[in-house]
Amino acid sequence: MTAKTFRIGGIHPEENKLTHEVATKVAALPKQAIFPLSQHIGAPATPVVQKGDKVKVGTLIAEAGSFVSAPIYSSVSGTVFKIDTAIDATGYRKPAIIINVEGDEWEESIDRSEKLETVEAHPELTPDEIVTRVKEAGITGMGGAGFPTFIKLTPPPTAKAECVIINAVECEPYITADYRLMMEKADEILVGLQLLMIAAKVTKGYIGIETNKPKAIELLTQKCVDVFGGTEYYVTVVPLKQRYPQGGEKQLVDAVIQRQVPAPPAIPVNVGAIVQNVGTAYAVYEAVMKRKPLFERYTTVTGKRLANPGNFLVRMGTPMKDLIDACGGMPEGDNKLLAGGPMMGKALTSTEVPICKGTNSVTILSRDEARRKEPQPCIRCAKCVGACPMGLEPYLLAKLSEVENWERAEREDIVSCIECGSCQFTCPAHRPLLDNIRQGKATVMGIIKKRK
Amino acid sequence: MNFILIAVIVLGAIGLIAALVLFAASKKFAVYEDPRIAQVSGLLPGANCGGCGFAGCGGMADALVKGADAGSIDGLSCPVGGADVMGQVADLLGMAIANGEPKVAVVRCNGTCEHRPKIVEYAGLRTCAAMHACGAGETACGYGCLGCGDCVEACQFDAIHVKAETGIAEVDEEKCVACGACVKACPRGIIELRKKGPKGRRVYVSCVNKDKGAMSMKACKVSCIGCSKCEKECQFGAITVGNNCSYIDSEKCRLCRKCVAVCPTHAIVAVNFPNPAPAQKPKEPAAPAHTAPNGFAAEKKVEPVTRKEAQE
Repeated sequence: MTAKTFRIGGIHPEENKLTHEVATKVAALPKQAIFPLSQHIGAPATPVVQKGDKVKVGTLIAEAGSFVSAPIYSSVSGTVFKIDTAIDATGYRKPAIIINVEGDEWEESIDRSEKLETVEAHPELTPDEIVTRVKEAGITGMGGAGFPTFIKLTPPPTAKAECVIINAVECEPYITADYRLMMEKADEILVGLQLLMIAAKVTKGYIGIETNKPKAIELLTQKCVDVFGGTEYYVTVVPLKQRYPQGGEKQLVDAVIQRQVPAPPAIPVNVGAIVQNVGTAYAVYEAVMKRKPLFERYTTVTGKRLANPGNFLVRMGTPMKDLIDACGGMPEGDNKLLAGGPMMGKALTSTEVPICKGTNSVTILSRDEARRKEPQPCIRCAKCVGACPMGLEPYLLAKLSEVENWERAEREDIVSCIECGSCQFTCPAHRPLLDNIRQGKATVMGIIKKRK
Repeated sequence: MNFILIAVIVLGAIGLIAALVLFAASKKFAVYEDPRIAQVSGLLPGANCGGCGFAGCGGMADALVKGADAGSIDGLSCPVGGADVMGQVADLLGMAIANGEPKVAVVRCNGTCEHRPKIVEYAGLRTCAAMHACGAGETACGYGCLGCGDCVEACQFDAIHVKAETGIAEVDEEKCVACGACVKACPRGIIELRKKGPKGRRVYVSCVNKDKGAMSMKACKVSCIGCSKCEKECQFGAITVGNNCSYIDSEKCRLCRKCVAVCPTHAIVAVNFPNPAPAQKPKEPAAPAHTAPNGFAAEKKVEPVTRKEAQE
């Protein structure tokens, strides 16, 4: 089978998947867990606990702030130390619930057995029931952006879902958390996919995996035959050619079902696809079958100079420092700390930042790796145009943002930019293209919002 | 000969008809413009800076004349021209000058390199807007001056500069016309237009950090910790503390500088006073430091003397 890929642009950065074959370890419990109230796209959650309250693992500590929002559950047992501010991945102090950890006592409602639950054994699971459980469990996209999952499962009446696409691409360099999850929890992921298909009322499912993970492709292909063979479900593993940013929703839809998602506000479901991260599928399984809300995730801690980079099953709220220490501590000298991978990751200013719902990796780059080169004048070579997966003209958008020509920038579709950084990566003149475009995009989006 | 005559007659006739048409049109479609608008426009500086809130000097002139017709030009003020120009305009329009005192842009951050150590290195685009969007910046303070000079770029009067030694923006009050361009450009809202004060004397809180005291102190030694000492000290009710940060209302402040003396972090700054702030306790011989927590204030402190001399 020849590997597919998306049709416009794309690059192929060095993969550096250092931790592919490092089995997942369970991270130690932190002494203090920090839960920022804004871990997802949408309104921040509202705390429902107070200082001094006792919580268990899986206790609701903050409820959804509005429709587009998600509740937050405690990942530890202990006492609420304070509701204060803490530095989160944005780099600013934001409201957060801080819990002092005492023991490890779980809520009784959570099924902690290892037994694999199948959909057949649970006839009570109607689509609505699944969506409700997903919503209550506080599941948000586990790939990084953090959009509340239940909203994706209830598409607007104008759109009709035809298939669920599982995003197991992991095109971002360094990160291996999804790969480890697939290798270790394949059965659960497939049940999760089945639940997602039931919730979305479709029978077609795809799992998109890049060809640099042949073992995962083989394993999941085999399991798909075992699980879905002879049923009404049609699930295929789609091997994809390695190409960044294939893990972007729109790129993945194009790669898997060859359909182009129109410009915003269109979303993948407008062309019939619901895209969910493989980590989300697993979280859905745990939430629906084991009644376990989202408070743990697979995270890669990586970097070339780390003594023992690895993959961790980590309780949310654990400060990154703890994980870095578990990998042999921060390397000597100056480092760049990223929440996420080197392409899409967010640079952080503190190791106290906790692991959140969307933290798929902690990447540490050395000063030399992270150093930017001196920008040179643009020679209009159009490499960025060729690399842009959205078919935009990055050099133009960057210039328009620089000179603050917002009207033209809007006409040139600056809001379609997915901020993947392919343009900046490919620019031979090392121009800060994305830096400028991101500024312009934010401004133009503000202007559009004001107009409404 | 005939040709020349015909040409002259024909062209003359066309010219005459066209002139009649134009005359008729100019009468028919005449738009009345108050002649005073042009006169007021002539008085305004013509910088088109937008500091008055209108698109340019033309818009301001229009608004002034309309205001005069309505009976008041209150609230309209040209920051560039100042009282002089507004006086002339008021004379022309036969109105009383109802303008407030001159204002000046004030950068409310004292986090010099010495007070506010850098904890990270920023490698991205060097504009304040980009740095602000990325995170707290190079220091631990998420509210302070970023020092990339978006305000410098915005200023049309060369009145604001980022000093290399301090890393924060500083206003040249001689050149500042209080147009407010820097206020809009600053992504952190640090810059404020404040009353210039008599002889340029001002007292203000040079910090906008809204973190709790311990947190802001960790980031910067001269940050406002919201202790409310100044609020209690002020007899005129000019000081309010909210969100862990103090604010002095320049309309109510009587420049007594008692707050300067009690501020434990020296976050309150008094500029352009000839002598140091009145020391509250005899134990504090280091009172001059209160007026000059940064190099800026220290320099400015000497200035009134020279200015006074120059005036004399």
